[in-house]
Amino acid sequence: MNEAYELRGGETHIEVHKFRAGAIIFSTLLALVFQAWFPLHFAKAGMLDLPLLVTIYFGLSRRNPSTGLLLGMAIGLLQDSLSGPTVPLGLYGIAKTVIGYLASSIGGKLDTEHPVARFALTIGFFVGHQAIMVLTRRILLAQPEPWFNLHLALSALVNAIAAVFLFILLDRLRKS
Amino acid sequence: MVGVPSRHKSLVLLAGVIILQVLLLAVQIKRESQGRLIRVWTVGIISPFERASSSSYSWVRDVWRHYFALRGTTRDNEQLRRDLNELKLRNSQLEGKAAEADRLAGLLHFKELHEDVPMIFARVIGTSAGSASLTIQLDRGEQDKIRRNMAVITPDGVVGKVIETYPNASQVLLLTDKESGVGAMVAESRDQGHVEGPVGGSGEPLLSMKYVPDDDGVNVGEHVITSGMDRIFPRDLPVGTIVEVKPGTTFKQIKVKPAASLERLEEVIVLLTQQPLDLKKEAAPALVKTHPGASASPPPVVRR
Repeated sequence: MNEAYELRGGETHIEVHKFRAGAIIFSTLLALVFQAWFPLHFAKAGMLDLPLLVTIYFGLSRRNPSTGLLLGMAIGLLQDSLSGPTVPLGLYGIAKTVIGYLASSIGGKLDTEHPVARFALTIGFFVGHQAIMVLTRRILLAQPEPWFNLHLALSALVNAIAAVFLFILLDRLRKS
Repeated sequence: MVGVPSRHKSLVLLAGVIILQVLLLAVQIKRESQGRLIRVWTVGIISPFERASSSSYSWVRDVWRHYFALRGTTRDNEQLRRDLNELKLRNSQLEGKAAEADRLAGLLHFKELHEDVPMIFARVIGTSAGSASLTIQLDRGEQDKIRRNMAVITPDGVVGKVIETYPNASQVLLLTDKESGVGAMVAESRDQGHVEGPVGGSGEPLLSMKYVPDDDGVNVGEHVITSGMDRIFPRDLPVGTIVEVKPGTTFKQIKVKPAASLERLEEVIVLLTQQPLDLKKEAAPALVKTHPGASASPPPVVRR
């Protein structure tokens, strides 16, 4: 698991968090199960991308780009596998790999503990995630996909709000 | 060996991982393979959790609805209210059971009318794990003789088709997915077309009916049924109701509201047959009412 220590670069003091044993695996599995199960009972819950939020959170907290991108890849590939054969393996994988990398890179440079910072970052990462998905679909799969629309804008907002509360819950998994 | 500066190691890893996944995509497209083994493993791991979640949710929901949600009403006249709550509780339970019984009776009625047609009931235990596809997961799979491309319906209408099967689960592509399509015709005029999904953006998911010529008379409120031309869905199953008709350059632009409630699916029917489904009139009351021209014995549909 993570080591609890501080990265000291000049004037910056960025704390790297460690988590309880199995917290990352448990959170990832739970996010995937809820993602597949919530919309059955609450249709609008389909707007949420819980695996993306988990990727962002652990990326921002662990602040190690290699770990972040590998975790993003694993979550993305699992999400691909659960999305049926119309979604090729790698579609979510590539997008979440990049987001995992970016989140952990940014997490090492900024204080990402404040809810407003988390809100703004989640919107940015959601848009980035969508852009990578569209690029992958258009360039590699030759499938038409809208870049952005009102529904996606609303989804970005919903995910950012959910992230603020979800991240507070996930903070409890940290070792003090 | 060329040394990689440590600050660039993660970038190299990022590039490597992305290239690997791009290659994975390329292999899937070239060989039309969907990485089946990985999917089997993942679905095998996740589906027990989905089953457990579904069962737990039902239990918690029942407890909540039948007990906790009623607790606040016992304030004055405790005994009478307690009695009342007990009655409410029992009533609520009975209503829930009655609703379920109605649903199951509908399915059973459908099955009884088609005793000769092999079909199986399945419970919906999950959905797709993202917005990239619109699928549902069923609690039955290869062990129940479910195979790819089998039609999935409810007594209300077409739901979709089986796109992947696993030993104890299967995935169904919903009609409203952008990859979905069904050969269809207007019940009243018999104008043939092709129904695809989805249109309508973020609102209610609607389907698009294509290839209906501009000079054909199609009106809002008319019913769309399967034509059997796709060799997957038997003929004369309800697909939906036309909610918007606009003239196009060559073909009309038609929006169709799905007949089956695709956002609230709990149980579905998988048609296990490779034979055409000979729809009896009693089986499709909606069609009998609105579709007097429907053939009692539709021509056989050749299916894969």
